[in-house]
Amino acid sequence: MKSAVIVFPGSNCDRDLAVALRETTGETPAMVWHRETELPEGIGLIGVPGGFSYGDYLRAGAMAARSPIMRAVVEAAGRGVAVLGVCNGFQILTETGLLPGALMRNAGLNFVCRDVALTVGTSQTAFTSRYEAGEAITVPVAHHDGNYNADEDVLDRLEGEGRVAFRYAGPVNGSARDIAGIVNESGNVLGMMPHPERKIEGAHGGADGRRLFEGLVAAIA
Amino acid sequence: MKARVYVTLKNGVLDPQGKAIHHALEGLGFSGVEDVRAGKLIELELADTIADAEIEAMCRKLLANTVIENFRVERVAA
Repeated sequence: MKSAVIVFPGSNCDRDLAVALRETTGETPAMVWHRETELPEGIGLIGVPGGFSYGDYLRAGAMAARSPIMRAVVEAAGRGVAVLGVCNGFQILTETGLLPGALMRNAGLNFVCRDVALTVGTSQTAFTSRYEAGEAITVPVAHHDGNYNADEDVLDRLEGEGRVAFRYAGPVNGSARDIAGIVNESGNVLGMMPHPERKIEGAHGGADGRRLFEGLVAAIA
Repeated sequence: MKARVYVTLKNGVLDPQGKAIHHALEGLGFSGVEDVRAGKLIELELADTIADAEIEAMCRKLLANTVIENFRVERVAA
């Protein structure tokens, strides 16, 4: 499966994400600079990586969301291409409007960088098909602005429609309803604060993130 | 012409920065501070021809995230 990783000035998880994609899709992803206006042909998955795009100026993800390539990403998402946004990538996807809500400064004001326990919210998405609903997994977080916020109606809708992909098993950053990751209405866009690409092999201290990519490959290929 | 755009968190949205500032003020011995909310001030230097509606569009499209923030525009004579 062909994939692409978007690279912004200040991205710092783009190479990790590329390695995870190479390992699980069997193909080296195209690295696409933010100034590009078109994505490579025939890609099944777009990765929007973590980092501090544009130095988090204005709001985390705000500038990246308005960069030229994101117009192509939004358009591809509309055609059903899978989009995975991790950490800063999640912030960027909310800023583009592909996902509802916003990610605010962590409630404790601290940068949180550690392994966290997550609960899988649903196995009914392409991203979570290799997990069991309710399963406990461990994936690291590393963020300052991961405090998910949306109005009550939106939160009710996300829960009611089975769109909460991952929840924190304990307090991490003040996120509403412990939300760690959500999918869009059609289920082809996932944003999550934890880093599955940092848990894909034993040397990472676990491989709980690997199944996310494997499930995607199986669903898309 | 200049416009000042004030971006503030919506009521009810938790403001951890404001809370920390509040706490620090109390730590400095200032009593009687009941609440603190932190926001942003963005100053725009604008051509005189720019209409209010256009400034509002700038706020909605970029300067504020209306999911969590309110904005207020103040035009200032140069």
